[in-house]
Amino acid sequence: MRSARFRRSRRAGAVTLVSALTLTALAACGTSSSSDDSGGSGSGGNSDPAAPLDPKTKLTLTIDCMPPAAKAAELEQWKEDVAEFNKTYPNITIEGRSTPGQCLEPPRFTAMLKAKSQPDVFYTYFTDLPQVLDNDGAEDITAYVTDKTVPLLKNIDPGVLNSLKHEGKLYGLPTSNYTMGLLVNRKLFRQAGLDPDNPPRTWADVRTAAKKIAGLGKGIAGFGEYSAGNTGGWHFTAQMYSLGGDVVDASGKKAAFDNDIGKQVAENLHAMRWQDRSMGQTQLLKWGDLQKQIASDKLGMFLAAPDDITYMVQQLGAAYENFGMGPIPGERSTLAGGNNYMIKKGISADKIKAAVAWLNFKNLTVGKGQFDWARSKADKLPVGLPQPNFWLNGSKSKDDAARAQHATMPVANFKTYLDNPVPGKAEPPKAQEIYKVLDNVMSGILTNEDADIDKLLATAASQVDQVLATG
Amino acid sequence: MSAPTMTTDKVAEPRRSRHRGDVPRPRGGSFAKALRRNLTAHGFLIGAVLCFSFFSWYPMVREFLLAFQKTEGGRTTWAGWSNLTTVFNDPAFWQAWRNTALFTVLALVLGFAVPFLVAVVLNEFRHAQGYLRMLVYLPVMLPPVASVLLFKYLYDPGYGLFNEILGFFGLPAQQWLQDPDTSMLSVVIAATWMNMGGATLIYLAALQGIPGELYEAAELDGAGVLRKIWHVTVPQTRLILSLMLLMQIIATMQVFVEPFLLTGGAGPEGSTTTVVYLIYQYAFNFNNYGAAAALGLVLLVLLAGFSAVYVKLSRAEDE
Repeated sequence: MRSARFRRSRRAGAVTLVSALTLTALAACGTSSSSDDSGGSGSGGNSDPAAPLDPKTKLTLTIDCMPPAAKAAELEQWKEDVAEFNKTYPNITIEGRSTPGQCLEPPRFTAMLKAKSQPDVFYTYFTDLPQVLDNDGAEDITAYVTDKTVPLLKNIDPGVLNSLKHEGKLYGLPTSNYTMGLLVNRKLFRQAGLDPDNPPRTWADVRTAAKKIAGLGKGIAGFGEYSAGNTGGWHFTAQMYSLGGDVVDASGKKAAFDNDIGKQVAENLHAMRWQDRSMGQTQLLKWGDLQKQIASDKLGMFLAAPDDITYMVQQLGAAYENFGMGPIPGERSTLAGGNNYMIKKGISADKIKAAVAWLNFKNLTVGKGQFDWARSKADKLPVGLPQPNFWLNGSKSKDDAARAQHATMPVANFKTYLDNPVPGKAEPPKAQEIYKVLDNVMSGILTNEDADIDKLLATAASQVDQVLATG
Repeated sequence: MSAPTMTTDKVAEPRRSRHRGDVPRPRGGSFAKALRRNLTAHGFLIGAVLCFSFFSWYPMVREFLLAFQKTEGGRTTWAGWSNLTTVFNDPAFWQAWRNTALFTVLALVLGFAVPFLVAVVLNEFRHAQGYLRMLVYLPVMLPPVASVLLFKYLYDPGYGLFNEILGFFGLPAQQWLQDPDTSMLSVVIAATWMNMGGATLIYLAALQGIPGELYEAAELDGAGVLRKIWHVTVPQTRLILSLMLLMQIIATMQVFVEPFLLTGGAGPEGSTTTVVYLIYQYAFNFNNYGAAAALGLVLLVLLAGFSAVYVKLSRAEDE
């Protein structure tokens, strides 16, 4: 029979073992006790939004979308800008967070909002506003954004600012914006006997040009379109806009594409695909596919935003000289979008002021931060793309002149696009759900020679009505 | 002369629980006492239990709750049946089930029969069987993305190898993945090639467990190859076949990767939209976690039914 003391010590040993194993298990499970540092004093500042930020304020600001190490030049510029900003606000620590790849990937972004783990200043697309508000993720910064804190506020395109407003309240500040145009491959245009400095301006012209380019043979397509991953619906929407149409009516409750304009869009694409055979045989394409085709001289034209060119040059090894842009054919209106920074709900007033001060310096000052084109040229970064493009009045002429002066690419290639601005129009409500439905219209037109266009549009319209009817 | 019949005489003995029959039960019988007596063992268990709790059981419970919740304006509220209503009213809902059922049926016709036939053929080989087994299993070892890219090239209507082969024989080119009528079949062919290795090896193991005497007896009775397969092979592997059938139904009902990568998910006119792809869309494209969880729940209930049958069959095999 064992002694009681031994039993106790054995039990104590077992308890110790259990505790140790528990801790080990927790460590193995990857749980960590990281605390979200609220950063800096923040307190003791002035909570009046209209009051200026005291330059002596001491705090730490976490910010999304710092360039990753792979983008050495951009990262160096970020560090320079932080040092410059610290000359005015020496006690504000800017803590950048970088992610490999894109700054925003929807699955990761959604999870971040759910977990409330977004940084103090976080990067979003214009279309993310409803989702951010649903998750109560962003601060209303209307009172903090004035002519004093953002001196060039009046020169920012109100249409762009409206994309960041909900019920009259401002929730973000833009960093970039785009309007969709027609991207052309200049080499193929010349080979087909077309003038790359005069891209097609109507859909009839697009059809004619596409036929000529496809006539070059060797598997070259004249015009390309998406039809998968919701990007088909996105481009169908852009084409509706280009002819003065819409996909959702003014009430926001009914589909608005089962009409003559919708039919015109669908029939034109169907004719190019099956009568002219000018759209290539491979369909079900999504974002990235057309870029690869045009970068490898297998595609003549597609609808795109100017920054697609940067992607093709930096990631796919294409040359800026090979691309040009015209306005979206039809030119009635075009799909507009962009990206911006929002400020995390619940951070201190001083932090909000610091965030606005940083965003103003980095993204909203002509000649500074992202608009320091002389520096970008010296750092061998692209200069001359018509994006961002949200300045008006004096700011616009000043920025355009600087861009042209320091251009690292032939800006004349974008002349038609710049000289013929098309009014931008935001994406519809419940955009992704509507695009999913419209993907079927696009894939139907482009993969089925016998597609019943009337039926495709009618079915999609009733499905979009259902989407809009549910909460 | 007739073939000897194989009978197994059942011994009449009381059935014992397989789980607790051999474990001495702690005296006193209470749970707390049992816990104390095996404290060290439970200490070792706790790590696994915690990991399962965090990464398996908690997400399951959370998913169930999410299916009945809605998040708007930062507030999570109980939504009753509204997520399920949303899902059932979605025009893509029935299409996704139809497509998933079609994938399952086609995958069973191809993915169930082909590996079995390959296993039967492999079993007949006396030489190089190890090499052939490796050859059959090789596609399983390829990363799915690499296999999909390979099939995308094979299927391409413009420069794909399949159309080149058809052209060589003077047959018309096909649209494969790009035609609403053939897209799902094309996905199934790719999926079968990618996944049949595992099933083939399981069938092969079952075939090699069949006593050779049975085939000899059948041969003495004058049975040909087909009759041997029908009267010996199939009855002897019946249970494995039914288990594999259920496992394949459960697996194919959850198909996602192949259509997602081959056709971008929805496919021409939505012809390859599957239930799991729809769940993915709800969650990550529409930010509607409630609907995603609700559809997940519907799928779970259906698959739980199949799993119950599977467990029952497994037990039958054990005994």
